[in-house]
Amino acid sequence: MYAQMVKSEASNDDPEKLAEFQARIDADIKIEPKDWMPQGYRKTLIRQIGQHAHSEIVGQLPEGNWITRAPTLERKAILLAKVQDEAGHGLYLYCAAETLGVSRDELTEMLLDGRMKYSSIFNYPTLNWADIGAVGWLVDGAAIMNQVPLQRTSFGPYSRAMIRICKEESFHQRQGYDAIRKMAEGTPEQKKMAQDAMNRFWYPSLMMFGPSDKESVHSAQSMAWKIKINTNDELRQKFVDQTVPQAEYLGLTIPDPDLKWNEERGHYDFSEPDWSEFFDVIKGNGPCNVDRLAARNKAWDDGKWVRDGLLAHARKKKAGNLAAE
Amino acid sequence: MNTEWPLWEIFIRGQHGMSHRHVGSLHAPDAEMAIKNARDVYTRRNEGVSIWVVEANNISASSPSDKGPLYEPSESKVYRHPTFFDIPDEVGAM
Ligand SMILES: [Fe+2]
Ligand SMILES: [Fe+2]
Repeated sequence: MYAQMVKSEASNDDPEKLAEFQARIDADIKIEPKDWMPQGYRKTLIRQIGQHAHSEIVGQLPEGNWITRAPTLERKAILLAKVQDEAGHGLYLYCAAETLGVSRDELTEMLLDGRMKYSSIFNYPTLNWADIGAVGWLVDGAAIMNQVPLQRTSFGPYSRAMIRICKEESFHQRQGYDAIRKMAEGTPEQKKMAQDAMNRFWYPSLMMFGPSDKESVHSAQSMAWKIKINTNDELRQKFVDQTVPQAEYLGLTIPDPDLKWNEERGHYDFSEPDWSEFFDVIKGNGPCNVDRLAARNKAWDDGKWVRDGLLAHARKKKAGNLAAE
Repeated sequence: MNTEWPLWEIFIRGQHGMSHRHVGSLHAPDAEMAIKNARDVYTRRNEGVSIWVVEANNISASSPSDKGPLYEPSESKVYRHPTFFDIPDEVGAM
């Protein structure tokens, strides 16, 4: 998902406190920042929320790429609002992570020097306007699948951030579907572009949920802590089931010859994405990894004089006010 | 010297007549910028009619371990609730 393959940390804590902590989680009582928590819970959450926040921020780049070239003024205003929302999502999540004792600058630096990851999906390019429709529809659609259950997560600040985010996501998916629908119902060339976008974004969207976690010890711990609510496979299946009729309505073909309804299971059968590609992208070898990190580093470096200048101004003003008192 | 902008806690009045509610936090160099940033981060969809910002390190909070001493005394004072008293039906609304 936006936080893929987050390793959960083993804990070396007082067993009595651990049992009390787990009992609270089992009773659906939220954990708040000042409450006692296992070291592993804290570390795993910093990693997970941080990765989620970074994904929101880096995720602005592929869409921001098309703001100046949106086909109409209205589409441009909509895309601008959508991308601005993503900046907001990043900020809500950074705040939640900071309540666990990590600073904003530390998180930023860990993204910039590659110590922390962001979702694999944002390492794919947006080549044309149809891709912007596909991103809103499929990528935000996949994100929603994961974010809706996370509203119930055990850590209070994370849960509250997810609730705010979910309120805004539906707009994202709908504007994407609306944009790609316009093309799917347009000229043969436009329809071809829509299909091409679907072909390129389908498997990377399925990868967003991360590899099957059937045997993963980490996800068992995360599920016990309620910082992961569903398995990757459950969410991926749900996404496929929801998306197939939406694609059919558009007259677009899902690029999977083995996709078919399974009456017995009551779900669609579908092909797994190429996991070697996924691991390669995670390692830094996707089509846009270098560009994305370079863009974030440039923004951070170019903004330094502004950050420093405003802080110096604020300190000077404060000193002046104190002197006048 | 630490060059990270201070953290501000943001409180928003959602509608006229309601009290301000904590909605989250953000970083800003000073109060003026914190209000401007809060406008962009927390009220993009008409969520507010008024914003308060408070620098986070000016907030003092009770600690979770004080939960017992702070709140348990009120548990034994049920007579503070109007339903503690039986009022005869005959006397009408009270
Ligand atoms: Fe988002
Ligand atoms: Fe979104």
